[in-house]
Amino acid sequence: MKRGTAPNWLTIYAVAYMVFLYAPVVLLPLFAFNDATIIAFPLSGFTTEWFKVLWSTDALHSAVGNSAVVAFVTALVSTFLGACAARASSRYSFPAQKGITGFIMLPLVLPEIIVAVSLIVMLMQLGLSLSLLTVVAGHVLICTPFSIAILSSAFAGLDQSLEEASFDLGESRWGTFRRVTLPLVMPGVISSLLICFTISLDEFIIAFFLTGTDATLPVYIWSQLRFPTKLPSVMALGTILLALSVGLLLLAEWFRRRAVRRQGLDASSSEGLL
Amino acid sequence: MARGLSREDKQGLTLIGLPFGYALIMLAAPLAMVVTFSFWTQNYLDIDRTLTLENYRAVFSQPIYQTLLWRSLRISLIVTVVTVVLAFPIAYYLSFHVKKNKALWLFLITVPFWTSYLLRVFLWKVILGYNGVLNTALLKAGIIEEPLTFILYNANAVVLTLAHAWAPFAILPIFVALEKIDRSLLEAAEDLGDGPFRRFWRVTFPLAIPGVVAATLIVLIPTVGDFITPKLVGGTDGLMVANMIQIQFGKANNAPLGAALAVTSMVVVAIISVGIYLVGRKIGGRVAR
Amino acid sequence: MSTTKPIIELRDVRKSFGAFEALKGINAVINEGEFFSLLGPSGCGKTTLLRMIAGFEPPTAGDISIDGKSMDGIAANARPTNMVFQSYAIFPHLSVADNVGYGLKTKKLPKADIKREVDGALAMVDLVGYGDRGAHELSGGQRQRVALARALVMRPKVILLDEPLSALDKKLRDQMQFELRELQKSLGITFILVTHDQEEALIMSDRIAVMFEGEIAQLATPEELYRRPATQRVASFIGVMNFLEAKLESSSDQGVTLDIAALGNVTLPYQAVPQGMNPAQIAKVGIRPEMLTLLFDPTDKAENEVQAEVVSSDYYGDMTYYSVSLPNQKDPVIISMRNTAGRSIAAPGSPVRVGWGVESVVLFE
Repeated sequence: MKRGTAPNWLTIYAVAYMVFLYAPVVLLPLFAFNDATIIAFPLSGFTTEWFKVLWSTDALHSAVGNSAVVAFVTALVSTFLGACAARASSRYSFPAQKGITGFIMLPLVLPEIIVAVSLIVMLMQLGLSLSLLTVVAGHVLICTPFSIAILSSAFAGLDQSLEEASFDLGESRWGTFRRVTLPLVMPGVISSLLICFTISLDEFIIAFFLTGTDATLPVYIWSQLRFPTKLPSVMALGTILLALSVGLLLLAEWFRRRAVRRQGLDASSSEGLL
Repeated sequence: MARGLSREDKQGLTLIGLPFGYALIMLAAPLAMVVTFSFWTQNYLDIDRTLTLENYRAVFSQPIYQTLLWRSLRISLIVTVVTVVLAFPIAYYLSFHVKKNKALWLFLITVPFWTSYLLRVFLWKVILGYNGVLNTALLKAGIIEEPLTFILYNANAVVLTLAHAWAPFAILPIFVALEKIDRSLLEAAEDLGDGPFRRFWRVTFPLAIPGVVAATLIVLIPTVGDFITPKLVGGTDGLMVANMIQIQFGKANNAPLGAALAVTSMVVVAIISVGIYLVGRKIGGRVAR
Repeated sequence: MSTTKPIIELRDVRKSFGAFEALKGINAVINEGEFFSLLGPSGCGKTTLLRMIAGFEPPTAGDISIDGKSMDGIAANARPTNMVFQSYAIFPHLSVADNVGYGLKTKKLPKADIKREVDGALAMVDLVGYGDRGAHELSGGQRQRVALARALVMRPKVILLDEPLSALDKKLRDQMQFELRELQKSLGITFILVTHDQEEALIMSDRIAVMFEGEIAQLATPEELYRRPATQRVASFIGVMNFLEAKLESSSDQGVTLDIAALGNVTLPYQAVPQGMNPAQIAKVGIRPEMLTLLFDPTDKAENEVQAEVVSSDYYGDMTYYSVSLPNQKDPVIISMRNTAGRSIAAPGSPVRVGWGVESVVLFE
């Protein structure tokens, strides 16, 4: 057996690749705590000054509020729409199934600028003004495919005879949904909510085009990038966002694993989140 | 009883109706409007609804749009090739050499992509800049005597940044395709006399082609439409068609021309994508999914 | 025990999926306390029929009534039937006790009552002390028992079983067949079993409906089905049957005289002719392998004899199956012989006498 050489080279490559992946991310906390107004090496000292600046920036607070509302509503609506679609395509067969599902999944491969531009053209034509609502509309469009992808595996893993068994044992349709279907797909629903929330929170292009006077967080960050003096506090903000995203993802993964373990399946399987 | 649609059909259609209706109103209708829009013209704030090919004439005759379109395509194609080629060994490593903790590796690969996209692109600027991390490090190490300038504000920087941004989208489909390969096929190839190298090219790679094609399309299509990366790290030489679309819809106040640019780039990308898909099917066509 | 009070009546039940006719008019009456089996190859419509009785599929036409009430428009959750699913459908997020008590909780029974009922049901299926286990901690046989307990605890009028034993290995299956039958006898609940395994159906059932292509080919007791199969197809689906060319020679007061190509002329009493069969239409007769005997010893005697030749033999330990070529018969017939001490296997090519009795002859059109 040949062992050794090939895996070793690959391991070195893999580690180098991970360094490449993490290079920019690692810089975030470095500069967030760096006691200097310019973003450059060498580092000059430790400070929490930039986090304090964030605390007293009103524009940031309203942007965070806006983003939270947008992301929350987007997560709810996308997960609801995603659940409908995932349920329909895993449980039922109907005419033009592939075409319809494919069309709903289209925003996944469509450049975001196309989505943004076409939405703004329609809003202009209808004479509607831009607001957080229009941002939500755009975000739901791009988040729904992710929700479908996550929930499809949840619904596909649901043996149809489980619902029939519940029905057979005298339970109503609603009762069956509440006592059997929902508990079994709940981990998928939570994953979907968290991931849609995270995507919406981070989305810039659509928000940039469709936002009215109320900026979302990425739009706010974009506006700050032009001012060199604001950069350290943007780094601090980025650090908080990174911690938040990783926290949410770990939470989503934890929910998935707990559910999988409860069902006695292989918890280390790589499906689910990804 | 009414024939034609069964009870099953109706329940399925009712359920899918909501998301499909949403996609029709928020995607199909707007896309149709963009196409219509591209045949109109705009003078400041007035829209002239006479159908005309003027915008397309501009797109296809004015050198600036031609340059931008070609550059976008070139950069996107390079980004795609670089991303997929860099991603394949990682996916291969994960699938064939990582025995435990596969999920952990996958998690680690996706984590950097949950930081703000804007900030990630901006941080590349910090790394690649004149006084950036890379130049400082190389100067200190004595490898270079003057800061490198060819790494920021040009197409190279755009390629590097986008290759980073789309890495997990390339790794995951290839990984999934590799995971699906029945390991006994590889043993069979070895049993029939293939060495590791021949075995890879004759069995593993052909079976991974669906994943490679998926990765290629997933990276190629959105990168054509990116405008943050070119704007932040691309300089004037790195600007792409999406920046021009944004300008037309914004400052230039010529939405119809922007629409025509958007439609043109969409059509071009669609044609290339279909081409890649067909080539992929031809090479890996006998691979049942 | 089985009575003659009907519990389920199927009247001209039909089901179509698009242009495909899954059930082409099923008529049957299933009695209270009966162990009734729907037996047939896959795709014959037996599972569809079971699911229609359960209420999962509406019939395209016809009527299903349970305990004298038409089930038209009554959903599965309101029918006095409970089902044991092929996959068992054990709720993976619930414990064994919660699985078994699922339907009782729907009925809003007090907690103490639920516990008592669940414990009783678990005792019935020999799973005392398993209540707190998770569904994934159970073996295949235990899952099957939980599924059964979950149906029994509802005290339904009818329990429907959709190939409940097909996922178990042979030994466990034999044991469960016995236990299921014993349980059904002691409880007196009507069981309807869907199976493709003829042996399983014969062992367990009071009556069996053999189904082919959406129709009941024969509905009878296991013994009648085996001894007097109505058609050649039923005969070969249930066990092995040798078919011999035959035609009517004459009718007389003694009965019908047939000319069987391989065995010569034979006279059968009129009782041997199935009801509704015109003796002139008789084209084949059938004889089971164990109804033919190889007369090894010159002193062995039989009601009728014919001279034949051994073609080949297959040794099964307790039995030997011989292929024997009869005169005027193209395909050799199969004869099964119990192996006895001191008797060697007849070699291919050796001449033998084959003995048979008139009683064992089955007539086919």
